[in-house]
Amino acid sequence: MKFAIVVNEGPYTHQASDTAFQFAKSVLAKGHEIVRVFFYHDGVNNGTKLAVPPQDDRHIPNNWSALAKENELDLVLCIAAAQRRGILDEKEAGRQGKDSNNVIDGFRISGLGQLIEAGIQADRTVTFGD
Amino acid sequence: MSILHTVNKSPFQKNDLASCLAHVSDDDAVLLIEDGVYGVITGTQAAGQISKSPAAIYVLGGDLAARGIGEEKVADGVKIVDYDGFVDLAAKHKAVNSWL
Repeated sequence: MKFAIVVNEGPYTHQASDTAFQFAKSVLAKGHEIVRVFFYHDGVNNGTKLAVPPQDDRHIPNNWSALAKENELDLVLCIAAAQRRGILDEKEAGRQGKDSNNVIDGFRISGLGQLIEAGIQADRTVTFGD
Repeated sequence: MSILHTVNKSPFQKNDLASCLAHVSDDDAVLLIEDGVYGVITGTQAAGQISKSPAAIYVLGGDLAARGIGEEKVADGVKIVDYDGFVDLAAKHKAVNSWL
């Protein structure tokens, strides 16, 4: 079965990202497919490569990045939400005249159409947020 | 159409659980996650509402444990599931509605 996952909250502020991550791992472990994980609103903060949590704490952005790499997941950050919160990939940073970028490997920036498309392609869409 | 409803708010803080229970039908399931797990503590008003619901009620075991709620405190009729169980419930029902 095909799943789409939506994450509306940032890491460490709310449990949503952790819950979505554990859910995603179980979806894959049970042999289902994840069409896309769409990070919306404060959820885009899960895609930063500049997070440095204490060493004895889980590294949420790195965990998502690793899961994407291992399973070839499509992790999409909403562009409008990302720009408001200072989450920029190399292309967007160049386009906006910024001297740095901070999107971690495994994530990409795109539009809300990607959420709609995921909802159409997936059999189930599961949303995690506040 | 059967629906899996997820509720992640404590019934002591928000009204989501009561709103959800007012909308479910007998082929639906309600899964309590995150702070929503406070709704299954036996003897509370929320647990009383749950017991009257036509829908099957589930709770995420890891979120219970994380909040120090022992399984002996879980109201009768509520089934404890793990994340694999969450995925199975999502697959079994035709849609998932998150009460956010």
